[in-house]
Amino acid sequence: MTVEDEVEIMGQRLNDKIKKIFGRSLHIREVDAGSCNACEVEVNALSNPIYDIERFGIYIVASPRHADMLLVTGPVTRNMELALFKTYNATPSPKLVVAMGSCACNGGIFGDTYASGGGVDKYIPVDVYIPGCPPRPQAVIFGIMVALDKLPQKMKKTEVKP
Amino acid sequence: MNREFTEALKKEFGNTILDEITSRNETYLTVKKEANVKMCDHIYHHLDIPLVSIFATDERKKEGCFKVHYVFSIDKGDAFIIIKINVDEKSPKYNSITHKIAAANWYEREIQDMFGLVPAGHPDPRRLVHFEDWPDGVYPLRKDFDINTKPSRVEGEYVYRRVEGEGVYEIPVGPVHAGVIEPGHFRFSVAGEPIINLEIRHFYTHKGVEKLFENISLDKAVFLAERISGDNSAAHAVAFCQAVERIAGVDIPARAKYIRVVLLELERVYNHLGDIAGIATDVAFAMGAAHANRLKEEILQLNEKVTGSRLLRGMNAIGGVRRDIGDKKDEILLKLSEIQHDFRELIEYLMSIPSLVDRIETTGRIYNDIAKGLHVVGPIARASGIDRDMRRDHPYAAYSEFNFKVPVQKAGDVNARTLVRADEVCESIGLIEQALWSLPEGEIKIDISEIPDGYALGYTEAPRGETLYWVMIKNNMIVRCKVRDPSFCNWLAIEYAVLDNIVPDFPIINKSLSLSYSGNDM
Repeated sequence: MTVEDEVEIMGQRLNDKIKKIFGRSLHIREVDAGSCNACEVEVNALSNPIYDIERFGIYIVASPRHADMLLVTGPVTRNMELALFKTYNATPSPKLVVAMGSCACNGGIFGDTYASGGGVDKYIPVDVYIPGCPPRPQAVIFGIMVALDKLPQKMKKTEVKP
Repeated sequence: MNREFTEALKKEFGNTILDEITSRNETYLTVKKEANVKMCDHIYHHLDIPLVSIFATDERKKEGCFKVHYVFSIDKGDAFIIIKINVDEKSPKYNSITHKIAAANWYEREIQDMFGLVPAGHPDPRRLVHFEDWPDGVYPLRKDFDINTKPSRVEGEYVYRRVEGEGVYEIPVGPVHAGVIEPGHFRFSVAGEPIINLEIRHFYTHKGVEKLFENISLDKAVFLAERISGDNSAAHAVAFCQAVERIAGVDIPARAKYIRVVLLELERVYNHLGDIAGIATDVAFAMGAAHANRLKEEILQLNEKVTGSRLLRGMNAIGGVRRDIGDKKDEILLKLSEIQHDFRELIEYLMSIPSLVDRIETTGRIYNDIAKGLHVVGPIARASGIDRDMRRDHPYAAYSEFNFKVPVQKAGDVNARTLVRADEVCESIGLIEQALWSLPEGEIKIDISEIPDGYALGYTEAPRGETLYWVMIKNNMIVRCKVRDPSFCNWLAIEYAVLDNIVPDFPIINKSLSLSYSGNDM
């Protein structure tokens, strides 16, 4: 199976899910919390004509205030901690957090040191982890799909009953 | 070549030189601490030899002092001169050379933050790597600092340069940007649209890489080098491996050298294609961007087929490469010939669109004297008329065996940088073809189990420019690994490139410089 076929099959499933849950497209804000930029290469690849994820209803937005989901990369460096908190708090609830890449999952090769924080879930709640260094674009699409399944549950939690 | 220079220096500074050691193409001269400014000034301005790195080492245990190294690159003779001074722990001060050599600016501030050695007389002694919440007197690269320490956060304020006047206002941008890019802070002072001043503030992604090198085994260190700047993985890994191989005094098999050339050039091709796509995106020419991005993706998929990693990771090892690519030869050649055909057509097309050329011509100029003064490297330097390329001037791997041109442009604008990259893509494809056509038979890796104590430089020409490693090994462990990513040299140039340009042109200028935040911050 070619890359294009893989993406097509997964993308259609993703598209159906997004339509069902949101009735519009899924808005994602990417946050680099100190990655080596390899994960950014792959997130950018998602927008190239081969993957072209916008056709499946995924839109990468410019501000956390417009986002349904944060896609966080990097081990969370000491110097990015505050920026990550601010971005998380600026994202409206219910929100999803996906940790992308080995560093975001548990610190990866950078570990937990004076400068590196050792993973995103030490700072903000994470819904889905996408391992890989960096994960392939297909893995990122799959991770987003898994994360979507968690949303209905979250929406129930934030509902206020009269 | 080194001899000549050392003799000339000895004649001029005979009584201040304490010690001289030469190994391979590196000559280390220890000079009296007070003589550093005169000596560096003489080498830099009189002999016209560029300063490529400054770094410190903590050798208090063995020699009772810190050492500061100034690395100069003699391009015409494939040699390096390293001036060393000893700095005592009790009075951790030495004379700053920044007022003579502007390129020394960030290095000295970095050493101040990481080692606590104060460059006396530095024109801008603010912190660089550490933020205002970092406590005083804590220096991560000193040997008595444990890597797992978590220093407390203290109150403090970072003072930006202020520009005042009627109608002047500031635009703060970042660290979290609107696009999918790495974090960093930009502060523009503008009056209307033109930019009067830009101050950049980085080191948000500082991950303590140099300290980490001292705490992991050599095999693992190759993987760490690959993760310093993700899209320059191969260049970093090769530079690191070469430094260790030089210490070990081994010559790796010819086949491994050829494979390294193929990897390094594949990396250059996909990076340059991505940069050209970025420039097209930032002038809102989506169609051109889509084409360039499609070509980049094809190279990434080719990388995966050939090496198992889209970003060429895990291929290099100390002593050679870990996987043979000989059986994929035809596939690579076929794909590249298709890509070259499409790429030539694309560039011709892009450069025929007046609305694109209009946006990039004369935009973001870096004049030759600024580029030289800041020691800008790589395609950016070559677009500003500086004819330097490590592959030709300090040949490594198998580069001395191939024919290739080093494209140089004079204008220093976004257009010139685009043209340099376009020419380099074609040269790189040519290099890969030469390497694959004449791929020698034999081993791809030799075992190096014992590495003698010692130190050496390792270097490559990454897609962004010269990448320099200085590695010191003792008992098979890394004692110090200084990494100098090209972006560390190039970042300051952006403060000059944007002057008199309008804010909407900043993204194009930034993209055309293609700077790595992670490589800079480490």
